[in-house]
Amino acid sequence: MIKVESLSKSFGKQEVLRDISTEVKKGDVVAIIGPSGSGKSTLLRCMNLLEVPTKGKILIDGTDITAKKADVTLVRQKIGMVFQHFHLFPHMTVLENLTYAPVKVKKLAKETARQKARELLGRVGLSDKADVYPSKLSGGQKQRVAIARSLAMEPEIMLFDEPTSALDPEMVKEVLEVMKGLAHTGMTMAIVTHEMGFAREVADRILFLDGGRLIEEAPPEQFFSRPQSERAKQFLEKML
Amino acid sequence: MHLDFSQIDFRYIAEGIYTTLEYTVLAAIFGFLWGAVLSLFKISSIALLKWFAVFYTSIFRGTPLILMISLVYFATPQLTQYDITALQAGVITLGLNSAAYISETIRAGILAVDKGQREAAIALGVPYRQMMLDIIFPQAFKNILPAMVNESIALLKDSALVSTIGALDILRRATIVGANTFLYFEPLIFAALLYYIMVMLLTLAARSLERRLRRSD
Repeated sequence: MIKVESLSKSFGKQEVLRDISTEVKKGDVVAIIGPSGSGKSTLLRCMNLLEVPTKGKILIDGTDITAKKADVTLVRQKIGMVFQHFHLFPHMTVLENLTYAPVKVKKLAKETARQKARELLGRVGLSDKADVYPSKLSGGQKQRVAIARSLAMEPEIMLFDEPTSALDPEMVKEVLEVMKGLAHTGMTMAIVTHEMGFAREVADRILFLDGGRLIEEAPPEQFFSRPQSERAKQFLEKML
Repeated sequence: MHLDFSQIDFRYIAEGIYTTLEYTVLAAIFGFLWGAVLSLFKISSIALLKWFAVFYTSIFRGTPLILMISLVYFATPQLTQYDITALQAGVITLGLNSAAYISETIRAGILAVDKGQREAAIALGVPYRQMMLDIIFPQAFKNILPAMVNESIALLKDSALVSTIGALDILRRATIVGANTFLYFEPLIFAALLYYIMVMLLTLAARSLERRLRRSD
């Protein structure tokens, strides 16, 4: 579904990603982990071209999205993204946050979009918050709304960029529960996270990045109990 | 000291409010729209547009407004044979001038909107134009509202400059009354009072608008 082929990314002279190749198959849940500055967020952001790769290719369903003539806007509609800091639209109510893109971009009828939005709010457990503004929500609620907002576009792939890193500890669980539920529906997901327990439980595969390189790629059981690389061993010792 | 308010035609002066507001409102609308476009030029990645907007602003910063008004009003017929009216010349010049300053304000307002808002919109597949109109501008507008009020107050007061090209605004009417009666203090102080009241009303209106926009905070 997402195929990354020898991807490199530099900001000026600094090389943040070096020659990364990997694949996320349909229905896969992939957790991307690694120390800060390892390039994991950049890798994720390259997948919907929030960052433009310096070298290499990214294929979504066989279409090269890095090609000059690619319809980036269309590709992005297939890929939902959830950010560390939520980025809800503060001047819109929760419901409007969910209906805005479907109505304006997908040209869905307003009533249909609203119905769908209420359904999604129910799924993330926030039916009662439809008409409030984001500023009235807790961090965990904001993130759940942000997930629902992405889902409202009916994406085929969901990207999560440290979705729980900005949350108070007691709110992490409610967001992870929603993500777990989503994983069970067979959604294709790529998740940058520091939640090792969650990665181990939910992910089908772990990508371990360090210094812009893909150091190790393995199923969670193997990665957490028998990491192959010295660097991953050190990292896990500190984390667990 | 000689003061005689009985000879002054206050009604005649007050009727200038309509003209003053006409110039101000039209110039404000024109200035805001053009200023918004210029601000987009300024944040654009196209060097030519950026350069144009910066150069444009420097022209209005670097010349007296009263000179520009005279230039547009008196030189247009000479250059194009088109007999421009005072209203056209006044609105165009005040609007062009206001746009130059507003574009700076809007630019700063746009840049002050969290960059995550932009990314969230992009990630949802929202095209640039819609993103600017529906996501970025409304938030930028809230940030820059106080500065915009100042700008429209400046515009209201600058509109008195059109009295020099024959528009019958508040100031011009006051000077006409002065010339007819040889009494200057009375009509001019009345005109000053009118401007003052209008500015105060504008300030109050802006405050309540600001309160309404803060609803989502």
